[in-house]
Amino acid sequence: MIELKNISKSFGTNQVLKGISAYFEKGKTNLIIGQSGSGKTVLLKSIIGLHDIDEGEIFYGDREFSKMPIKGKKEIRKELGMLFQGGALFDSSTVEENVRFPLDMFTDKTMEEKSDRVNYCLAKVNLVNANHLYPSEISGGMQKRVAIARAISLNPRYLFCDEPNSGLDPRTAIVIDQLIKELTVEFDMTTVINTHDMNSVIEIGDKIIYIYEGEKWWEGSKDEILKTDNKELNDFVFASDLMRKFRD
Amino acid sequence: MKLLYHIGHYFLLMKRVFSKPEKAGVFFRLFIREVEMLGINSLGIVIIISVFMGAVITLQTAYNIESPLIPDYLIGLTARDSMILEFSSTIVGLILAGKVGSNVASEIGTMRMSEQIDALEIMGVNSANHLILPKIAAAVFINPFLNIISIFVGLIGGYLAILLSGTISPEQYIFGLHFAFIPFYITYSLVKTVLFAFVITSVPAYHGYYASGGALEVGRSSTRAVVYSSILILLINVIVTQLMLA
Repeated sequence: MIELKNISKSFGTNQVLKGISAYFEKGKTNLIIGQSGSGKTVLLKSIIGLHDIDEGEIFYGDREFSKMPIKGKKEIRKELGMLFQGGALFDSSTVEENVRFPLDMFTDKTMEEKSDRVNYCLAKVNLVNANHLYPSEISGGMQKRVAIARAISLNPRYLFCDEPNSGLDPRTAIVIDQLIKELTVEFDMTTVINTHDMNSVIEIGDKIIYIYEGEKWWEGSKDEILKTDNKELNDFVFASDLMRKFRD
Repeated sequence: MKLLYHIGHYFLLMKRVFSKPEKAGVFFRLFIREVEMLGINSLGIVIIISVFMGAVITLQTAYNIESPLIPDYLIGLTARDSMILEFSSTIVGLILAGKVGSNVASEIGTMRMSEQIDALEIMGVNSANHLILPKIAAAVFINPFLNIISIFVGLIGGYLAILLSGTISPEQYIFGLHFAFIPFYITYSLVKTVLFAFVITSVPAYHGYYASGGALEVGRSSTRAVVYSSILILLINVIVTQLMLA
């Protein structure tokens, strides 16, 4: 599990996060939602340590992350998997080399063992016969799947996804969502997903946190979100005709 | 103030760069790749420039010191010392600052924009060390070889020039190449090359690593990298010359 206690973060005079507290559960898909500019990306990057927070505490299990020395943070980061919005695959490496990278860096496995693990991870994301292709030679959906395979190659305890289905068609987006959900349950990970895609919320939102102007405005489940009377959340969730029809 | 900020940031980055690589095997693989990318792939341009530079220095010297009081073999001596002291180190350094520098800045800048550097950090990898150290090590290792090759083909260029123009006899030119040779000049040239190799990889790496914005900013950081590297090369050239030859 991951626990946030009263997190604040400012850039200059602009306070982006205002005392956010939250609890992300193990084996569940925890969603952070909010409109563009609400601070959800800053929140995600603060949780994984890409931004230093000004106030508050971040706990990975019982380990306090935000005030740890770099060495301690590095150890925790080896337990993290991250799926970036654009995939963030290494352009000059093949699919296989991308997935093998964490194994090369942090394990003493033989090349054969590493290849077995790479093939296992690629099979988990339903990607076969793509080992020798470069990221530029595969589709956006395939790139996301390679990024997921890379993220799970070291058996992470925590998985973070930043807009996992941005730029994907609705069908592929659902496939990616389902894949993340399945892997979360199978590997018993604490998964935190940053999204503003309502399909993801309805499909896989075990726990949802709504961020509004840097504050935690609401939290609940995918069933509760459709029945809430919170005005700002309703404006966000039912912004489209499709969602309004779905509600009515 | 901004200059001090960049100098401070540059040295902080270098502190992260010069730490022990996570895995020696991975570092060695990257080092070999960079030797090829930054060194072997620059061989062509170094040879072409050096041949023509050697030819032009020889012809310019020949046409400008036409005097019965000056022996012809001094043309060979002048070509040799010019290539060793300045052209093969400084001019080739400036050209590589353009070729290698823009390549390094744009590669690392693009990795920053596409979150590849963030991905490395999240994995617990020291991204500065992983990305920049192999480039610096490769350039510092391979550029002295490029320098020696440049001197050699530059003198061949001079030889071809006198052969085709008939200004002096080839024997006089070769005698001049051997005349009053000071081996310390080679040391001086190699020291400069090593320092320039460090500059043309570390300065562009700094600009790429801290690039922010979009594709336009990657282009701008690449341009800045080449400009600052070139200025630093000229500055270091003056300082090293004063320290080693004065």
